[in-house]
Amino acid sequence: MEVDKNKLDEIILKYARDKAHLLAIFQDVQKEYRYLPKEAVKHICMRLGMPQVDGFEVATFYKSLSLKPRGKHTIHVCLGTACHLKGGADVLLSFVRELNVKTGETTADGEFTLESVNCLGACALAPLVRVDDKDFGKTSLTKVRNIISEFTDHH
Amino acid sequence: MALSLEHLDTITSAVNAKEKAFEKIVRVCCGTGCITSGANRVFESLVKAVDSGGLASRILVKKTGCHGLCERGPIVMLGKDEILYQSVGKRDVAADVDLLLKTVTEGKIADALLFKVAGKKEKFVSPLDIPFYKGQKRIVLSMNGVINPEEIDDYIAHGGYRAPFRAFQMSPEEIIDSVTKSGLRGRGGGGFLTGKKWRSARAARGSLKYVLANGDEGDPGAFMDRSLMEGNPHAIIEGMIIGGYAIGSKQGYIYVRDEYPLAVSRLSKAIDQARSYGMLGQNVFGSGFDFDVEIYRGGGAFVCGESTALMSSLEGKSGEPRDKYVHTVEQGLWDKPTNLNNVETWANVPHIVNNGLGWYTSIGTKQSKGTKIFSLVGKVNNTGLIEVPMGITLREIIFELGGGIRGKRQFKAVQTGGPSGGCIPAQYLDMQVDFDSLTSIGSMMGSGGMIVMDERNCMVDVARYFLRFLTEESCGKCTPCREGTRRMYEIVDRICKGEGKIEDLLHLEELGKALQWGAICGLGQSAPNPVLSTIRYFSDEYKAHIIEGRCPAGVCKEITTFSIVEEKCTGCMRCSAECPMGAIVGEKKEPQKIDDLRCITCGICYDVCPFDAIKIG
Repeated sequence: MEVDKNKLDEIILKYARDKAHLLAIFQDVQKEYRYLPKEAVKHICMRLGMPQVDGFEVATFYKSLSLKPRGKHTIHVCLGTACHLKGGADVLLSFVRELNVKTGETTADGEFTLESVNCLGACALAPLVRVDDKDFGKTSLTKVRNIISEFTDHH
Repeated sequence: MALSLEHLDTITSAVNAKEKAFEKIVRVCCGTGCITSGANRVFESLVKAVDSGGLASRILVKKTGCHGLCERGPIVMLGKDEILYQSVGKRDVAADVDLLLKTVTEGKIADALLFKVAGKKEKFVSPLDIPFYKGQKRIVLSMNGVINPEEIDDYIAHGGYRAPFRAFQMSPEEIIDSVTKSGLRGRGGGGFLTGKKWRSARAARGSLKYVLANGDEGDPGAFMDRSLMEGNPHAIIEGMIIGGYAIGSKQGYIYVRDEYPLAVSRLSKAIDQARSYGMLGQNVFGSGFDFDVEIYRGGGAFVCGESTALMSSLEGKSGEPRDKYVHTVEQGLWDKPTNLNNVETWANVPHIVNNGLGWYTSIGTKQSKGTKIFSLVGKVNNTGLIEVPMGITLREIIFELGGGIRGKRQFKAVQTGGPSGGCIPAQYLDMQVDFDSLTSIGSMMGSGGMIVMDERNCMVDVARYFLRFLTEESCGKCTPCREGTRRMYEIVDRICKGEGKIEDLLHLEELGKALQWGAICGLGQSAPNPVLSTIRYFSDEYKAHIIEGRCPAGVCKEITTFSIVEEKCTGCMRCSAECPMGAIVGEKKEPQKIDDLRCITCGICYDVCPFDAIKIG
């Protein structure tokens, strides 16, 4: 994949070419492309004067970074303790069935990436689902279809 | 510009005068929980209605942080603790906004929006009468839900930023002495004496030192730190200024979880505002002391809540912990002396400086002073955020503040301490909650998650849940944790599937010991706690899975079936209406049947049946 190197350099400069901000740089790049392209990691490592292996170590260590392209919308099904006790795993399975993807994968039409997350911190509203920036509280198996359609109908 | 104490008082008078001019202040909770329930829409509609109704000079509408009663959100508070409205706008935003306005203009209290305990008729007007709030002692959370977290003036008007002035009158040693004597212990879970840590960091060699705030709240089921960072970010900064001065550090960092975007944005705003007022930067408050704070966003790794892993992550590397034979107070971030405290610990500091030792030590138990914030969630009636004095009993928390167990079910266990803690059975309900008593029964205080379980929760499944969590989150650096959690997961998973052997229990205990002894970091050493505590207190349940091949709670799918008891079924169709798979068939008013091929054993039918006609098999 082609990455816009000028854009990358802009982000790197924003963090004053400081290696300590590698994670933040990656997060900003991911915001741009919805994932972290390998070419971007290589370019950033070159600019920061660090071995690629160190860059990829960070890129693969943190769960919020993805080297694989993501869908237009990311669905995070919370599996924190409170959500687990209130049926979060069944809600996740329901998304798996409805979207016909495995957890961690993207639908064939590139619309949705399905992920589980180990707690979003809105436990009083368990089970919780976050789609992009929007949270849905007290979800249930029957609400899964509505959540999906909220993000498909208008696009 | 550096503000003086007089400036702060001028700001306070200005804010107070402005607020007094209004007949009523209406506070709309805009914490993550209430926003999820639609608080932003309520706020916007209310502001619009106030404007168009010509009430802008009479009613002040304010956005605040978390009020705590998240489940009943959106929460709206009128006046100072006068009227609490809950679930505002849940059914109809416009109608509820109208009710809100009428409360002010006509003095009519809206019955429909008042809080009531599930299953009881009594309704509460003032939050001070609601058991959920009555049993609390809100110190750290005192401004949560009162001030607008995005306005520094509001924080100042409520007594904020006075503590550094007091602190600058004292020598650093005096401050450390006073924090030590206050008995403040680390709120992140470890419970280490804060003053003692500060003393070591001050004594450590080197002129460059760091103070860090840990806001990487990774424990599942916990959101105390999130609500604090979102609802009262300045309290954390104020604490860090004092800590920085006492320790001799010029630079602070706040490490916040990536999953908390609102906390990041409110903290960033707070830092910018504090800088513009000269409370951060060079010559803080004209004291000659330089101090600044930066935010660092995490990357979604649980292990980064561990001190050495957090520091490694701050350095831009992967967040792996290291051995601590050299303490971080001597060599931490970039090998410089570093003092790390949890955000809640930092937020306690201004209160201690302002109100004095005598006041602080009068709260709590002998060994655990002050208050603790808990997130009370799971199968209780009132879920949300509470701040209680140390020494309160679990029974008071769960049955008074929490309003008891939901529906007709019974209490089974309460889980504290997240993946490092354990499940506490009913026999310890009357135990006082403090650092040491929780540890003595195989759990721990942890950061403050308190997850209540009833008899529909399987304790073996809970153990498996935490092990799955730990296998995913183990950073993989040390073998005992990387391999140990995985092997334990496989064993417990087998038990859940009805394929366990009785000697598995001994094997689990043995593996657990290996982790306690051999793992590098605190998270690995405490990882077996969820398993060991459930074996200790709920061995009957393990044995039911292993010997009888059944899951008494009806949770473990492989060995659970649901069936309908014909004699009890009235054919009310409640279950078939709720079944997500359409697996329940039968005529109306006739006994129903479950189609096993379509059933996904979610148990919803069991939970909704009013006649106990569903059997767990």
